[in-house]
Amino acid sequence: MRIPEQIRRLSVVVLIIVAGLLLTRYLVPASLVKQRVYRAASVKREIAREVRYAGGSICINCHEEVNEQKKKGYHKTLACETCHGPSAKHTEDPSAVKPFAPRERKFCPLCHEYNPSRPTGFPQITATAHNPLKPCITCHNPHDPVPPQVPRECSACHAEIARTKALSRHALLECTTCHTAPPKHKQIPRSVRPTKPESREFCAKCHDKGSPQKTAPKVDAATHGERYLCWECHYPHMPGEA
Amino acid sequence: MNEGLRERLGEMLEQVSGFIYPNEIEIHWSILIVVYPYLTGLVAGAFILASLVKVFNAEDVRPTYRLSLLTALAFLLIAPLPLQFHLAQPLRAYEIFLTPNLTSDMAMFGFVYAWYLMGVLLLELWFEYRRDLVVWARQEAFPMSFIHRALSLFSTDTSEPALAFDRKAIKVITVIGIPSAFLLHGYVGFIFGSVKANPWWGSVLMPIVFLMSAIVSGIALVMFLYMILTPLRGEPIDMRCLDKLASYLFYAVIVDFSLEALDFIHRLYQSEESIHILGTLIANKLFMSLFVIQILLGMLLPVAIMVAVKSFSLSAELRKLLYFTAIILIQLGIFATRWNVVIGGQLFSKSFRGLTTYKMEVVGIEGLITALVLLALPFVVLLILLKVLPPWRKAEA
Amino acid sequence: MDQDKRDLLKGLILFIPAGGVIGALAKAVAAPAAAAGKEASARPETPGYDPTNHYYGMGIEVGKCIGCNRCVEACKQENDVPREPFFFRTWVERYVIKKDRSVVVETVGLKKEKRKEVVDQEDTLRSFFIPKLCNHCANPPCVQVCPVDATWSTEDGAVLVDKNRCIGCRYCIQACPYGARYLHPETRTADKCTFCYHRVVKGLLPACVEVCPTQARIFGDLKSQASRLVRFERMNKIHVLKPDLNTQPKVYYSGLDGEVR
Repeated sequence: MRIPEQIRRLSVVVLIIVAGLLLTRYLVPASLVKQRVYRAASVKREIAREVRYAGGSICINCHEEVNEQKKKGYHKTLACETCHGPSAKHTEDPSAVKPFAPRERKFCPLCHEYNPSRPTGFPQITATAHNPLKPCITCHNPHDPVPPQVPRECSACHAEIARTKALSRHALLECTTCHTAPPKHKQIPRSVRPTKPESREFCAKCHDKGSPQKTAPKVDAATHGERYLCWECHYPHMPGEA
Repeated sequence: MNEGLRERLGEMLEQVSGFIYPNEIEIHWSILIVVYPYLTGLVAGAFILASLVKVFNAEDVRPTYRLSLLTALAFLLIAPLPLQFHLAQPLRAYEIFLTPNLTSDMAMFGFVYAWYLMGVLLLELWFEYRRDLVVWARQEAFPMSFIHRALSLFSTDTSEPALAFDRKAIKVITVIGIPSAFLLHGYVGFIFGSVKANPWWGSVLMPIVFLMSAIVSGIALVMFLYMILTPLRGEPIDMRCLDKLASYLFYAVIVDFSLEALDFIHRLYQSEESIHILGTLIANKLFMSLFVIQILLGMLLPVAIMVAVKSFSLSAELRKLLYFTAIILIQLGIFATRWNVVIGGQLFSKSFRGLTTYKMEVVGIEGLITALVLLALPFVVLLILLKVLPPWRKAEA
Repeated sequence: MDQDKRDLLKGLILFIPAGGVIGALAKAVAAPAAAAGKEASARPETPGYDPTNHYYGMGIEVGKCIGCNRCVEACKQENDVPREPFFFRTWVERYVIKKDRSVVVETVGLKKEKRKEVVDQEDTLRSFFIPKLCNHCANPPCVQVCPVDATWSTEDGAVLVDKNRCIGCRYCIQACPYGARYLHPETRTADKCTFCYHRVVKGLLPACVEVCPTQARIFGDLKSQASRLVRFERMNKIHVLKPDLNTQPKVYYSGLDGEVR
């Protein structure tokens, strides 16, 4: 059978396209199409990028005494560059490039300004009320930060609780009404902890219907809330709210 | 950094309601990505209309057969341009052909596009026009004679067996062409439907909804061109053809509407985590483009018009007027459909907690003017194609 | 390797229907390149570093984060992330769950000028910070969709972007459920956290982990039994973000609240 003319014409076109594709296949450089080649080049570029943060361990080589001080204090988990900024250049040429040293008052509140989302127990202040205008470092050594004198107020550390309580019906109660803090707590707060009420009877001293306390709301401590402890339903720092 | 971008993002930050991830402030797929599926939809729709003539012997609409094919070609040639202009690194576009990532649906673009252009559309046009090209070339003077000879690939055979082979080839190509047209536009829908991170897009129905709306818009476009071009040539409009086209259009709109309604009801009924933010999205940001333009003006009103035409025996002139109104509304509605998918899908945060805003540029490369030019370009291409391959001129042997 | 087989299968499933004549021809062009890459992937040229011995991840101890944004700052410094507040490789979200159970979220340091959503402390039920970054998913949707093979998972578990290949189509940005990618305004290519790959291969910590004052971020090697990350996984109840999407994130959160998305 005769091959129709159409097929012959079209085959020429198809052949040209195939030839073109095959030609491209051999003309295109491997760096463009070979995955192994372009990947290797890309990884190489990625690795060659400049390191700007030198990393903590290298600082110790020269600044041993600062490290000795820092590693015993509350800032022991901080890297040097958390405060001093990227310092890889300084490690290459220590005299020519000096790292950043924050001395202004606005720096420390980045971490220590009071913010209700910050975890409980994290030391926080209200910068506008806390010795305004004085740079933090006049009183606190950032490499071994401790309060210059033992704080008189619990709120110095327990700001969140203090703020909550200040808005609550317990606002006028002292912390010491319910907690007893050993003096040592002010020096090693996590090892020596203050006491907490342990039983229903503690709250009942004011809130039982037989209590001599006048203003507190009264319940029958013997039956109210069955076997549960008071603070399983009432938050003592904000009572009246579930 | 570019001051303009900075300023624009700053303004957009003020428009954000609720919470969005900070990198989401920039809307990445702009008006050009609305234009792209709109154009490919027209391609697929026009081709499927042409296939009806050949596969199902829909003789009534034969006058639009060649016009549909040329329309499909004109729009297909322009369809990649919005993609190209949208790339942040447009000069690297060749990589998609050179090193396609085989797990990426978008990388299939090169294959789908090349196959559809060369394996289907050009082939069918060539077989359809071959005899006419040969005959025209004999009767014409240079340069048209050469152009036509070259387009016929210098073939000469106009014997009856050769013409019979042409007809058979067209039939085969059409049969392959229909699934290919489905693939072309279903694939565009898949690009959106496969994004699991985005609940507005991620739906199995997406390719099918895209396809049905493509058929709607394609038929409407061919009707539009037929109604404009025929009087321009001083010939009467074939009302049997027009009524038949309108009838196809009517059924396509009904199916399209049902599918979209199914998608909508399904989401509402399943009521997944994302339903709240999607509800806020359509109530606040998409109310105009979804309820008013897409559904009311783009679907319900045209359907009402076509029902009216079917129920009352109206004069030919009035029917023409009503059809013309309906197809303009339908085009508007389908464009709004693309807008609602592409832009709508980026207006809410993947945190499901907030909405952002799209501020369209006017003059930039991804702006309104570029989009309008890209929407006009296929008509220019079509004009040239109509000059070179006049669909209504049957060559005298 | 199973992953390879799966990739191949996935490729085939997508490839065959799209193929046709031209597809088959193009396959002749593309397939040898793809196959070659799977056999031996790139080895970084850092002496003594073998990526096959490592598999990195990060732990986040939510209860320790104080929202100081030092990590975001360090990341921008280390990685040339634009200073403007619209582009982030890592960021910190602040969640406030109010007494009426409504949730207010904001990005720390990204303040709107006109309107501030201040929640009265009395209305607060609970509140916390959530650091976010690229999750370096084991099944990354961004890598799956990249049309030109410009982003990939390294053997040691980082998802990287080749900024010389990226065409800027931004499909990966759309595909990431975590909003971890952005288009870098200067390079005009997709950009994201690399786990500070250039530091990690040299034995350094990622910049964000280095500067975190409370050690809320824990970087480590999942292949090493003595790593801090593995200890973190052993000692805590762990959750990841959007596990239902099967992206298999490698950023592990302890104490993660259900409201976080």
